[in-house]
Parts: sequence; structure tokens; C-alpha cells
Amino acid sequence: MEAKIHLPDPSLIKEELIGKYPAKVAKKRSKSIVINDPETVPEVQANVRTVPGIITQRGCSYAGCKGVVLGPTRDIVNIVHGPIGCSFYAWLTRRNQTRPESPTDENYINYCFSTDMQEENVVFGGEKKLKVAIQEAYDLFHPKAIAIFSTCPVGLIGDDVHAASREMKEKLGDCNVFGFSCEGYRGVSQSAGHHIANNGVFKHMVGNNNTPVEGKFKLNLLGEYNIGGDAFEIERIFEKCGITLVASFSGNSTVRAIENAHMADLNVILCHRSINYMGDMMETRYGIPWMKVNFVGAESSAKSLRKIAEYFGDADLKARVEEVIAEEMPKVKAVIDEIRPRTEGKTAMLFVGGSRAHHYQDLFTELGMTTVAAGYEFAHRDDYEGREVLPNIKIDADSKNIEELKVTADPELYRPRKTEAELEELKAKGLEINGYEGMMKQMLRKSMVVDDVSHYESERLIELYKPDIFCAGIKEKYVVQKMGVPLKQLHSYDYGGPYTGFEGAVNFYRDIDRMVNNPVWKLIKAPWEQEAAEALEANYVA
Amino acid sequence: MEREGLTINPAKTCQPIGAMYAALGIHGCLPHSHGSQGCCSYHRSTLTRHYKEPVMAATSSFTEGASVFGGQANLLQSIETIFAVYDPEVIAVHSTCLSETIGDDLQQITKKASDDGKIPEGKYVIYASTPSFVGSHVTGYANMVSGMAEQFAVSTGAKTEQINIVAGWMEPSDMREIKDIAKAMGAKILLFPDTSDVLDAPQTGKHEFYPKGGVTIDGLKSSGDSKCSLALGCISAEPAAIALDKKCKVPFETVDMPIGLSATDRFVMALSKAAGVKVPAEITAARGRLVDVMADMEQYLHGKKVALFGDPDQLIPLTEFLLDLGMKPTHIVSGTPGMRFEKRMQEILERAPYANFKNGLGADMFLLHQWIKNEPVDLLIGNTYGKYIARDEQVPFVRFGFPILDRIGHSYFPNVGYMGGLRLVEKILGVLMDRQDQEALEEKFELVM
Ligand code: SF4
Ligand code: SF4
Repeated sequence: MEAKIHLPDPSLIKEELIGKYPAKVAKKRSKSIVINDPETVPEVQANVRTVPGIITQRGCSYAGCKGVVLGPTRDIVNIVHGPIGCSFYAWLTRRNQTRPESPTDENYINYCFSTDMQEENVVFGGEKKLKVAIQEAYDLFHPKAIAIFSTCPVGLIGDDVHAASREMKEKLGDCNVFGFSCEGYRGVSQSAGHHIANNGVFKHMVGNNNTPVEGKFKLNLLGEYNIGGDAFEIERIFEKCGITLVASFSGNSTVRAIENAHMADLNVILCHRSINYMGDMMETRYGIPWMKVNFVGAESSAKSLRKIAEYFGDADLKARVEEVIAEEMPKVKAVIDEIRPRTEGKTAMLFVGGSRAHHYQDLFTELGMTTVAAGYEFAHRDDYEGREVLPNIKIDADSKNIEELKVTADPELYRPRKTEAELEELKAKGLEINGYEGMMKQMLRKSMVVDDVSHYESERLIELYKPDIFCAGIKEKYVVQKMGVPLKQLHSYDYGGPYTGFEGAVNFYRDIDRMVNNPVWKLIKAPWEQEAAEALEANYVA
Repeated sequence: MEREGLTINPAKTCQPIGAMYAALGIHGCLPHSHGSQGCCSYHRSTLTRHYKEPVMAATSSFTEGASVFGGQANLLQSIETIFAVYDPEVIAVHSTCLSETIGDDLQQITKKASDDGKIPEGKYVIYASTPSFVGSHVTGYANMVSGMAEQFAVSTGAKTEQINIVAGWMEPSDMREIKDIAKAMGAKILLFPDTSDVLDAPQTGKHEFYPKGGVTIDGLKSSGDSKCSLALGCISAEPAAIALDKKCKVPFETVDMPIGLSATDRFVMALSKAAGVKVPAEITAARGRLVDVMADMEQYLHGKKVALFGDPDQLIPLTEFLLDLGMKPTHIVSGTPGMRFEKRMQEILERAPYANFKNGLGADMFLLHQWIKNEPVDLLIGNTYGKYIARDEQVPFVRFGFPILDRIGHSYFPNVGYMGGLRLVEKILGVLMDRQDQEALEEKFELVM
């Protein structure tokens, strides 16, 4: 793929980006700033320590564990063990929507629980206070499950949240209590927390309930967190197609569904980065294959539905999926036809998360827009280059301490859903079974790929490329807008959404159209400033 | 049920975010969070959501190694990178619960940075200790403000006519208003910190990494020669005034943050005395406008029960103002601990013996919600998180305090001074009258108030 629009010389840009850094920093950053070639796919340094002081977008392991993976499940009481801040900042800020089936169903999404550790707890240990907190949460709410999250000081003072959880689980009897060692300093970003969360959910929840699930086509949705109602739209489409959603990890999910997840026959993965571990572990223990899909983008959603139908290999399902697509697509097309003349040829940059910087490119493509630069905040090389590079990834000291669970086939419940031969056949048909292509093969030649972009680099990129829209998070939002460029938040969606599926695609097109063509961007200069600028120019010409 | 281990829906957050906010009130300053990068990310995100403005700050990005061996190497590298790339006048470092638990000594590390030549000529690194297992975001703010006073102020021996006004935790709009009042009075003041023209920056098509506002370093240096200090708030501002008194013998007076009529009166009196100026007619007129509205609207406010939560230096004068308005502050909660705060509240609440008040550990919004369920109120005042209680209990709600994530205005329209008082009355009346209009029977629906 060559760009239809003119791209600046990427090697010069790279020089610009690192030119100001001290030599050692420049050397390090240059390995994370790569000029793309979709054919050869160059190596991107990723999942390595951030340079101290550089101003990063990244957060911490606790954010990835509690905020991303565990937060969306409505009926777990999530107690954050540590001083107050960590729990406060993660309180309702991720927009994980949830829809209890009845008003009496447990729902703790709106709550913030903390042990509010004080100095004496840091000095003498906080386990006692933690156990009291668990008891109090139990007495007040009688939840099915209580999860404990360790923040920075907890590991250092030697509190054993796992032992405390075990003890309280035993004591309470009818409440599943489990802990996570997700202190903020573990790993190099949120990514460590995703892994820790996957391990804990797998160990303490999945497989707890063997009740068979009704349905012919049963799957789990992995790596979808129902931000802005994304999961609701996917649920709607599945229902229409006659696909049974057993459990979602973890948007709009419940403890019971997750405990029952091993009853499904397929795991579809949306955000590969945050949940691929779960896919692998469930495959090994229960024989459920996973498949990478993408429900961001109308075409991508259609493609993903077809892949699911192909996996189940059922003629009726395939026919139904085609019917649904045929029903949904005209509405989408009508909006694209209306909007595309206003967005065609415009450019976008995406620096966010661990999968969204890839997936959202599909929506921009549907609008006729080009992604000129992209990168993740906390992904690994496989998310850039594809899972085939996994054997070549060196695990460094920062990631070594994150536990890899040793998983074996369950003697009773292991049941391979497909034979090796069947899986190979499906792969040959283009299904990403237990695989993921990564972002770069889809991006243009000579586009820029930057991992863990720094504030300085993103400002320079904007100055050099002058994109029509920039996608990132809240910390970047108003910086970029001050530069006169609209910023679309892809963590919170600027409080809009959903953006998945067919209806979501339409929402996104309308939002992008509104943003890039907004009259306000032409009002920045006061008339007298404009007049002065024009006068100056006229003088210069004369 | 009394809880001893579990906090539910806190009415406070941790110290470092206050330190970060305070540091943004120094011109050309880059706040730096010494700890894991999550803290910094959370603080920046929360401040950004509150102000809808860029909030720049860096982090030491601790990993497991740093947590075991100490964070000195990380901080030294941060300092080097920051000066090379972002070129601030000053880096304001605050600690986090992680670096405090490890025992990193910020004073020693900054000294080492200076000895190693990592701090360029004419540039500065200041620091404040802000472990999150002590105090709250409010005390974190106070610590950074004392840090800037203590580490910059010099006394040359020649006192000036300048009066230091130490701003307690208030909005950029409030700081602007304080400066305007002082100007109207003809008092020569130095306000610090000062986030006006920093966190309310105009759209120009260019991102100013260091916006125009903020107290300058020269200003801070000169605070040691000022003839006196006026601290606006006994929790968030007074510690800096004490520090200046200790270091440079600048006498100080502490007044409540000027929210509402009586607290503003005391502030204006204190400033006029300190500066040796008469209160000008325009200030008296502004006061008169507020009293006028209070008198004319008293029927709609009188006897209304109010629940409020937030931070000490706001709650003290706000409670007093509600009493002046004839309202009944009924339930009051703040997560920020402190005897000083408690005592001042007790003084104010002598006029409201019926009120429930709790602060510190266990004083959270879950408790407040229980209190409201037991004894319903007509109005709720507090930060954005109050909207969940307001919705559950169908109580009219005025957003006030930190953080406000779902409305704008606090950066632009002050709550302090007589104008601020007017705005508060307007907001309170607005939600009360909206409720009356919503609930009125067809035949009781009024046109005129
Ligand atoms: S780790 Fe400590 S400093 Fe950081 S956000 Fe949590 S409570 Fe605040
Ligand atoms: S989109 Fe980003 S934040 Fe969300 S789950 Fe994926 S990687 Fe994590």
C-alpha cells in the first residue's frame, strides 16, 4: 500500500523527534520510532521501561488490573488495598456501563472501596485492617465475590493479600475472596496488570460453575469492556444472529457468567493485548480455541461475524449472519455516503491503548481518511508485528517477575472443540485462530509507528504532519486541541459511543465529521489578528 | 454501622494531586511525581477532567528495581531529561506513597542533582514530601505551597510594602478575583500559588507548554521581604505562612477563605489593615449587592436543610455563609483529618447545634448518604460525585469543590469575594426554584419569584 496523500520524508521526521533528547535517551527512543513497511514489518521496541521524566501517557499495573479488566464486572466488590488515591482516581472514570437484569441484582459499579491505609498501617502492616474491611464489606452487602487490589506500598511492607483473602474466604463461607498483586511498580505499564488480572480471574473464577449453557453457537467475548455501551451493541448483533454469549471479559459481565465461561465453544478476542493470556489458558485447560476479531468498523464487524459463522461451520448460521449484515449495512452505507465527501482525504493519528490504535484505523478507512502515524501506549511487539514474533521476544527484567501460570488440560473438562486438522483448515480460510496479525501489516508504507509516544514527540508529530484529527486520551485532549487540532478520546470516547458494530460505526462517523469540520476551528483568530496577519503578508509580498 | 477498615466513596483523595496542582501555580514550573507512573497519570487525568485544560507533569516511572534499590537514579535521570527536553524554570518534585515507603530523601537527591551539575545555571528543583497515607489532597497542596515559600524566599533585610497572600486551594477564577479585590483596594500583594492564566488559558492555536500565568520565581524570592502574610485558609494556606515566618520573620495572619459574606468581610478588613488602606466605595457597593440579594431572597432559602461535603477551607466559610442565608447546614462530611479543622467547624456550628459533622477516617460519602436517608435534606452541595446521591434521593444539587468533572464554570467564575457569594446564591436559588417549578401543581405554578 502506498499513501494516496503526500507524506513527509519519515527519516527526517524521525531525526526531528529524537534530536533534542540527551544521547542515551535518543538511542533508546529511536528503537521505538519506526518507519513502517507492511511487507517486511520492521521490529518495534515495545513493552520496555519508559524514560523517567520524558512525560508519558502510560499508567500503572494497578490501572490495568483493577481499572481495565476487573472493574467492569458489576457484582464484585473491588476493594483497593492502599492509601486512598488509587481507588479514588479509578472511581467511575472508565465509563464501564452495565445493565443489571433486575433492579435487585447486585451492582457495585458506582462504588469506590478502599482500605485508606494510614501511616500506622504502613509501619505496622495493613493486613489486619484489610481483613476488617473485607468483613465490613461482607456484612454490608453480602456480595458473591470480593477482590483485593494491592497498590504501591502494599508489596513493599510485605502485606500478603493472598493469605488474607484465603483466610476471609474460608471464614465467610459463601463469598469468593481473592487478591491481586498488581502494585503500580510491577512491569512497565498497565500491561503487567492485564496479565496479573487474567491470571487471577482464571485461577479464582473461571471453571467454578459447571452448569451447562443452552445454545447452539456459544462463545465468550474477550477484551471488550463496554465503554460507552460497546458491549451492548455487540450483544444486540449476537442476539440477532442467534449466537449465545456465555460470558464477557468483562464488559457488562457478572461473576456467575465468568465462572461459567468454560461452557462456551469459542473465545473471540477483541483487545488482544489485555486478554490474550485468558484465551491461551482456556484453550490449554478446556480445549476452547480463540479467534481474533474486531467489532470496531462496520466492514470489520461484518467480517468478524462471517468468521464466527465459518468457525461454527453451520449453514443456517452463515445464512443468518448474511441476513443480518444485509439488514444492517444499508443504514451504515447511507451515512457514509453522506459524510464521506467531507472526510475523504483527511488524515488521522492514533496513539492510545493496546489495541484501539489498530482497530480504529478501520473506521477512518471507511471514512476515506488516512492514518499517517500510530502507536500504542502499553502494547507488546506482537500487537505491532503479529504473533509470529512471539518466540523472538526477549522478556526483560521488568516483566520477568510477572507470573506465567502453568496450565494443564483439565482431566474432566478438557474437550477440544475442533481437531488440529479442522483448525488448520479454518486458518487457511483466513481466520485468525489463536493468532493475531498485528497493526503494522495494515498500515501504509512510510507511515510512522511510535511506541509509548512521549509528549514531546506527539507535539512534534502534530506540527510536522498537521493531522486533521488526533486520537489519544484525556491527558492529551486539551493539549492537542490548544494546537487547533481536534482530539478524539479513545479511552472514554469523549463521553459518547458506542462505537462498535453497525450502530457504533454510524456514531463514530458522525462524531468525526462533527469534529474535523467544526466551525470553531476557523474562529480561533480574532478578526483584528487576522487583519494584522493579512496586512503583514501583503507588505511582505509587495 | 460504624466501619473501621473500609472506606466507601471517599470524600478526599491523596496528597500528591494537591502538590501537583499547587506547583502549576508557579510560572514556568513542571510538576514532577516521584513514584510509579500510575500516580502521575491519575493526577494529571483528574486535574485535566476538572479544568478541561492541559496539565503537564512528569514522573520518575518507578519499576520493581527502583522500588527495591531506591529511586535516586530515576529522579536524577528525570531531572536531566526534563531540563533537556522541556526546559522549565523550576521542577517541583513531590513524593508518593511508594517513594515515601522506600524512604527516598528528596532533599538529599536534589542536592546530589545540583552537585552533579544536573541543574542548569539559573534553574531550580524544589520538593515537597507528600506521602498519601497521611492527610489528604488538601494537605498535599499545603505542603507544596510551604515548600515553594521555604525554598525560594530570601530575606535581604530590607522589608518592602508587599503583602503575601497565600492562596488556599482555590480555583484560578478565585485567585484572579483575589487579585482584583486587592487591586481595587490599592494593596500591593504577591499572590501564591497562582493558577490563573495557567489553568484557564485561552485558545490561540498554539499550545503554550508554560502558560503566561503563575507566580514568578522572583516573586517567590521577594516573599521573604514582604511586610506580612495573609493566609487564606487554616489548613491549605497557613503552613506556608508559618514557614515564611520561621525562615524570614514575615509575620502572618490567617483568615478563613473568603467564601460568603462574613468570611469575605474578615478578609477585606484584614487586607485593609495590613496594607494600611481604606476599603474603597466599589468594594462596599459589591458587598451591598450581595446583602441586597440575601435580603430579597430570604424567603426561598430560609430553613432549608443542606448536606455538604468537601474540603476544610471551603466547608468552614461555606457553612457559615449558609447560616447567614438562614439555611440549615444539617450533614457535613470531609475526608480530610485535622483537629484545627474540627475546632473551627465547632465554632461555626455553635449556631447549628443540630448539625452532624464528621471529618477524617470514616467520614465518607457513604456515611453522608446514610445520614441523608435518615434525615432528608433540601439541598446537596459538593463535588461531582454527589450526583449519585442527588439522583438516588432526588435532592437538588449544587456542584462545588474538587473535583467537578461534569460541568464547566468553576475555572472562570469565582466562588470567593462578594461576587463569588452572589454566584453561590444564584446557583443555590437556581436549583431550588427549578425544583419548585418541577414539582408545582398546575394551579400552583408561579410566574414570578
Ligand atoms: S499510589 Fe499513592 S500516591 Fe499514587 S495514586 Fe495511589 S495513593 Fe496516590
Ligand atoms: S482498548 Fe486499551 S485500555 Fe482498553 S482494553 Fe484495550 S488496551 Fe486496554
